Amino acid sequence: MQSKSYSIFGGHGSKSGIEHAAEVIFTICGFFAVLAVASISIYMLTSGTPALFKVGILDILFGSVWKPDAAVPSFGILYVILTSIVGTALAILIGVPIGVMTSVFLAEVAPQKLADIVRPAVELLAGIPSVIYGLLGILILNPIMYDLELKIFKGSSTHQFTGGANLISAVLVLALMILPTVINISETALRSVPQHFRSASLALGATKIQTIFHVVIPAAKSGIITAIVLGTGRAIGEAMAISLVSGSSVNIPLPFHSVRFLTTAIVSEMSYASGLHKQVLFTIGLVLFIFIMMINVILNSLLKKGGNKNDK
Amino acid sequence: MTNDLTIPVHRDSIILNSIYNGKKRVSDSLLTALIYLCALISIFILIGIMGYVFVRGVSQINVAFLTTVPSTIKGTFGILGNIVNTLYVVTITLVIATPLGVGSAIYLNEYAKGGKVVRIIEFTTETLSGIPSIIFGLFGYVFFGTTLGLGYSILTGALTLSIMVLPLITRTTQEALKTVPESYRSGALGIGATKWYMIRTILLPSAMPGIVTGIILAIGRIVGESAALLFTAGSGYILPKSFLGKIFESGGTLTIQLYLCMQKAKYDEAFGIAVVLLVIVLAINGFAKYLSHKFNTEAKES
Repeated sequence: MQSKSYSIFGGHGSKSGIEHAAEVIFTICGFFAVLAVASISIYMLTSGTPALFKVGILDILFGSVWKPDAAVPSFGILYVILTSIVGTALAILIGVPIGVMTSVFLAEVAPQKLADIVRPAVELLAGIPSVIYGLLGILILNPIMYDLELKIFKGSSTHQFTGGANLISAVLVLALMILPTVINISETALRSVPQHFRSASLALGATKIQTIFHVVIPAAKSGIITAIVLGTGRAIGEAMAISLVSGSSVNIPLPFHSVRFLTTAIVSEMSYASGLHKQVLFTIGLVLFIFIMMINVILNSLLKKGGNKNDK
Repeated sequence: MTNDLTIPVHRDSIILNSIYNGKKRVSDSLLTALIYLCALISIFILIGIMGYVFVRGVSQINVAFLTTVPSTIKGTFGILGNIVNTLYVVTITLVIATPLGVGSAIYLNEYAKGGKVVRIIEFTTETLSGIPSIIFGLFGYVFFGTTLGLGYSILTGALTLSIMVLPLITRTTQEALKTVPESYRSGALGIGATKWYMIRTILLPSAMPGIVTGIILAIGRIVGESAALLFTAGSGYILPKSFLGKIFESGGTLTIQLYLCMQKAKYDEAFGIAVVLLVIVLAINGFAKYLSHKFNTEAKES
């Protein structure tokens, strides 16, 4: 009977209290991410919705007058939303072709040694703090833009001069900031295309360039789309880099207008806003949050699709 | 004899139609040029950024710049206070986020039975890493700052950032745990170790280089973060009076100070801080690279 208590079949005795405690603690840790996302969603909703009802949903989302400090304040954020959409779209239009071409260069064209130098450099680009991009934007892009502005609108009396802080500057900074994301992910996608695709194409007599553009890139399509979606998320959520580069007034998003993005509106007005103004800023945050969630859902379904394909 | 060319073909046609002297396609050369152009743009931008910041900023760096705090009376400008704040934020964030992130990865990899629960946790982790820092800033401001009453303080900032770097640590730890061979687990369990004992003595030490790489990447993210800290940690630049009391005071990190300098158009100081930040980021990147490289070669050898 004595020996039985040492048996591995002992059951209850073999699992000590520490074991149970460890399992419980790790389970709690595991659910922490769920808790965080849930509480962020709840807090964004509860602090963003009051202003919607106080000002009126249509007035706030489709109003085009932003005068939070006036005697009769008006909180229309239509132009702010439009600016974020237009700005992000333009940044994607500029950044994605350059990024995808660079990733083609790294994965297909460049000699191994050169690629080994360029790739870490690109990764480094991703690690540079966003305020530094903003600093360079102010000191390099804005003066150039101001010169352009002075030339283009020389005789114009209706144009409001911005000193170079305009939509184009912000878009260029954003395009630069999504480059590392796009390059890294598309390069991984291009590299995961099986070698025999290339061999088959080359054997059929296609040139290297034809192989890249007609075989490799279509095969890596889902990865490149993932890169674009991630880039969109990064561009729409970027705040500090463009907050001083994009100017400081709410305007229709036209190239030489000083504009305000969803993110920059929050950054630059949060410090002094109070009362209803502050609540409206949280509504802007909520709009941004909804955009991001949409992008996340798209991304998730893309990844799932890609995963299923690989499983086959 | 089989190698002999026996097929009767016209000599000229061989030379003319050979694939070795086929004519170049114009579109091919154009696209090649385009690829090279884009790669050049990317590389040029990177070198340009680094070069420009260093050229403008290096002259700003001196002993006084690194060892004093801004003072209108003495007319000095220094970033020591911000450096100390950054260290505070990094340390507190890591103390909170590392156990949570590593624990969550252990749960996902070792305890969870798969299925819906794991899918939900992985989806939320994915979502969390996609949320922009400004949203974390707003959430931290409302939840930690107002609801929990911590106000603008280093603790508020650190708590906010812990949520932000959580997915990063979870994911790198998970990757590291996945590379530990299954035989280690069965071996340890087979000789009678309990699960927690096996995790503590076998799994965690084997996965340690991967976990450390994740932590270093997290430090890089924290050092470069600004939008999430603006409304949570505030912008104080005074040196701490007491070691623990500082946690509940406002403190701006290097990036926040850089942003404030930009706002006040003090570009020279801004470039000085930018150089310090770039050096830190470079060092962190290099260290992470070195560690993961070492880890990979070790894994291959064993």
